[in-house]
Amino acid sequence: MRSNYKLAGGLGLALFLLPSLVMAEDTLSAGDTAWMLTSTVLVLMMTIPGLSLFYAGMVRSKNALSVMMQCFAITCLITVLWVLYGYSLAFEDGGATQMWVGGLGKAFMAGVGVDTLSGTIPESVFAMFQLTFAIITPALIVGAFAERMKFSAMMWFMAIWVTVVYAPVCHWVWGGGWLSDMGALDFAGGTVVHINAGVAALVAALVLGKRKGYPGTAMPPHNLMFTVIGAGLLWVGWFGFNAGSELAADGTAGMAMTVTQVATATAALGWMFAEWLSHGKPTTLGVASGAVAGLVAITPASGFVGPMGAIAIGAAAGVLCFLSATKMKRMFGYDDSLDAFGVHAIGGIIGALLTGIFVADSLGGAGLGDGVSMADQFGVQVVAVGATIIYDAIATLIILKIIDAVIGLRVSEDEETEGLDIALHDERAYDI
Amino acid sequence: MKLITAIIKPFKLDDVREALSEIGVQGITVTEVKGFGRQKGHTELYRGAEYVVDFLPKVKLEVAVGADMAEKVTEAIRNAANTGKIGDGKIFVSPIEKVVRIRTGETDAEAL
Repeated sequence: MRSNYKLAGGLGLALFLLPSLVMAEDTLSAGDTAWMLTSTVLVLMMTIPGLSLFYAGMVRSKNALSVMMQCFAITCLITVLWVLYGYSLAFEDGGATQMWVGGLGKAFMAGVGVDTLSGTIPESVFAMFQLTFAIITPALIVGAFAERMKFSAMMWFMAIWVTVVYAPVCHWVWGGGWLSDMGALDFAGGTVVHINAGVAALVAALVLGKRKGYPGTAMPPHNLMFTVIGAGLLWVGWFGFNAGSELAADGTAGMAMTVTQVATATAALGWMFAEWLSHGKPTTLGVASGAVAGLVAITPASGFVGPMGAIAIGAAAGVLCFLSATKMKRMFGYDDSLDAFGVHAIGGIIGALLTGIFVADSLGGAGLGDGVSMADQFGVQVVAVGATIIYDAIATLIILKIIDAVIGLRVSEDEETEGLDIALHDERAYDI
Repeated sequence: MKLITAIIKPFKLDDVREALSEIGVQGITVTEVKGFGRQKGHTELYRGAEYVVDFLPKVKLEVAVGADMAEKVTEAIRNAANTGKIGDGKIFVSPIEKVVRIRTGETDAEAL
């Protein structure tokens, strides 16, 4: 996303070169549009089937389909809600509430026609691109409550959560809300997507409680082939997520692609070596998880840091997410089944905070804003991270408690033992 | 008539099968099983969670033969499946009451 200080600099230049620039802003760019159409499908692929396979491979075979089902159904549900009102709440001018949430001026996609532009691309493409982010964020939360949540409760939760948590936080950072006003840097969604999903995940894991038999009973992944394939699809798709967040086919997108690749590879090695040292052998689950941790951490930084900054961010994410998904989880005893908190919240926080440091041009980044010191920027990042965590945690808790009271969140013990595929869907993933 | 059941290491199946062919055994049934005796299992590691897996994959062979062949078959299996290491397995010999060939209805000696 174009950040505030760039906007300030650009405006200054624009005043100077007013005549020619006014023309340029309103024209459709075929190059930008082609890239954004492509980015949109890349990010959709990240959810179906990237994340779906990544998660499904890690659960027990009796629950494999339930994970695929949840991700697929979320994709469909959020799509409809987005075009009805979600896009408007996130991106439309909210008038009196502009600091906190958008208005309903674009509900039902009013005013978004074939020729409507958002910058140099069609607004329809912008809206669809943003939709894919609104889809993957709730889908990530699935990792926390896998193998024990009722499908109906999950659908209600996702619908309400996207409305009440995702859309406002998205608005704060990208829709002209208070965090963007404050100069918070979040290129592709460290706060909006990963911290949001990860913290909601922890709350959900705590509210739903541990799986029956956890942690004493062995619950190893049933098909790591899927998990590694899913990780690969996520990695490839993430170039749409990060480089696409520039909303243009330009140098910043190219650098975003570069730092994404570098941070991911470094983080994968970081997790792999940390595990090798800690347990004596490197594992495929480790290298795949490390890659995802790197992807998460570089997300907020992708338009602002350089390749060396990416190495630092990747290394930090690889090692710290390894520790949080293994040691920290065990220490506190919560059942965040697929480490949605351990990877997405922790990785997102690391990335969001380090963005404030590695944006400095002395460290190879795009440069701090005029008159903004590294300490200033870091402080703003802390506020953005903190606000997201607090709002998200409280809202998620309330939503879950209400749904629990009305229809119940968790399946019965028998259903959990039998497996969700049969119990909730009358299907089996494998008929061998 | 005797039913000879053998639990062997999976990679020894081909050797055992050949040895049985050589002494004239015409049919066997094979099942993939898991189990343990004195052989230790292994550990698996998933994101910091270490699991000790006691059960080891084995192959179960079943052969039905006339009582006169039982000793020969047992020896053949034992020699072919032996590696000298713990976990080689065991052979069980039990009596069969009746055998029927499904296609023709032949029984006992004619059915073997």
